[in-house]
Amino acid sequence: MKQALPILFSMFLFVTGWAETDKEVQAHKTVLDLAGAFSNDGFKMRDGHWSGTIKPHDHALIAVNLYAGNQYWFSAGATEPAKKIEVAVYDETGKLVPTESYNEGERAAAGFSPASSGQYYVSVGLVEGGESSFCLVYSYK
Amino acid sequence: MNRCARLAAVGCLLAACLTIGAESPRLPAEQLAKAVKNDSISIPTPGELFAALEKPGKPNWSGQLRGPLPTSFRNRAQIALNLGGLIADGFIAVEAQDSQQVKNTGTDIIKMAKSLGVSENILSRGNSINEFAENNEWDALQEELEATQNEVKTSMQSHKDQDLVILVSLGGWIRGTQVVSSAVLQNYDERSAKVLRQPALVNFIHSKINDVSPEMREDPLVKEVSDQLGQIEKLVSFPPGKAPTLEDVRKVNEAVGHVMEQIQHKPDAQ
Repeated sequence: MKQALPILFSMFLFVTGWAETDKEVQAHKTVLDLAGAFSNDGFKMRDGHWSGTIKPHDHALIAVNLYAGNQYWFSAGATEPAKKIEVAVYDETGKLVPTESYNEGERAAAGFSPASSGQYYVSVGLVEGGESSFCLVYSYK
Repeated sequence: MNRCARLAAVGCLLAACLTIGAESPRLPAEQLAKAVKNDSISIPTPGELFAALEKPGKPNWSGQLRGPLPTSFRNRAQIALNLGGLIADGFIAVEAQDSQQVKNTGTDIIKMAKSLGVSENILSRGNSINEFAENNEWDALQEELEATQNEVKTSMQSHKDQDLVILVSLGGWIRGTQVVSSAVLQNYDERSAKVLRQPALVNFIHSKINDVSPEMREDPLVKEVSDQLGQIEKLVSFPPGKAPTLEDVRKVNEAVGHVMEQIQHKPDAQ
């Protein structure tokens, strides 16, 4: 039993934290469609992404480090039963940053040009619908 | 309460509500502290840094290229740090639109990655880098370099070399900052200098270095680099919106230049 515990724990970590679920893969596909549109305007999409789950009327938050002078678009996509999501950006003190926004049900994006280099926080919120998987990517130019 | 006092009280309440409503919403510090930080999104690529640097005017990218590095280091931590630096060199060569330099750097990246035992899949990345360089496909090359870096890191994670992942990111950041501070020193411009403000990023990398295994943390090079990161964090902590002075930039350049020398120093090369 003692030997089995670490194996069970590893399996738990694999299932809950390390493996990307089918729904997260689907959310990734959804967001790539949206972020691809910004590439037509000369934005380069980062190869990395962030995925997870969000509960109704809750949000997930990630820290990013941005450079003054660049323009950024943060795009998020969610899977059913999400009906409406939103993306917001906060500065290093937690103050909401004015952004251009795009919302289309389970896909949303926020764009802005930071006046100061440093840390910002990007939030993905579930406005309408049930607990869902989401994926966030970002583009810059 | 008479009618006037009641009206005044309602007026005050309304004014207070309007004032509160006019303020931008703010996330509490406890929520900010719980924000996710990960290697693939929270750490910017050298390409992002270079894109911001060249907004006021294109720097002399060719002047920032460096000569060939030894690729036969024995210490795994040192290989990982140099691999990150080489990937940054790849981005510099792309900015300089020097296809031969891109191909040379691509070959060195593959050699170093193989010496760390990363997946054989990385070989196909090397072929793509060569092909894109031959055809001067600069945007595709930037994407390929970032994808190569991510593939190296994924391979390290799957080989239980998690500790090396942050060293690759650190090597790239140090080399990128060395190049940017050097370019700003050569042609000082407040807008370009502002890109050097990254205290939270250095703090994040430093905290990840402190989380590596005790054996890795005790590695003399890792220990030395980690000690100096604390000092560098202070040097890049300019107030928000304020551009660092020429002297500030010089201090950053000297500090990262010193770390870079240690990273690329080959003890048995003398």
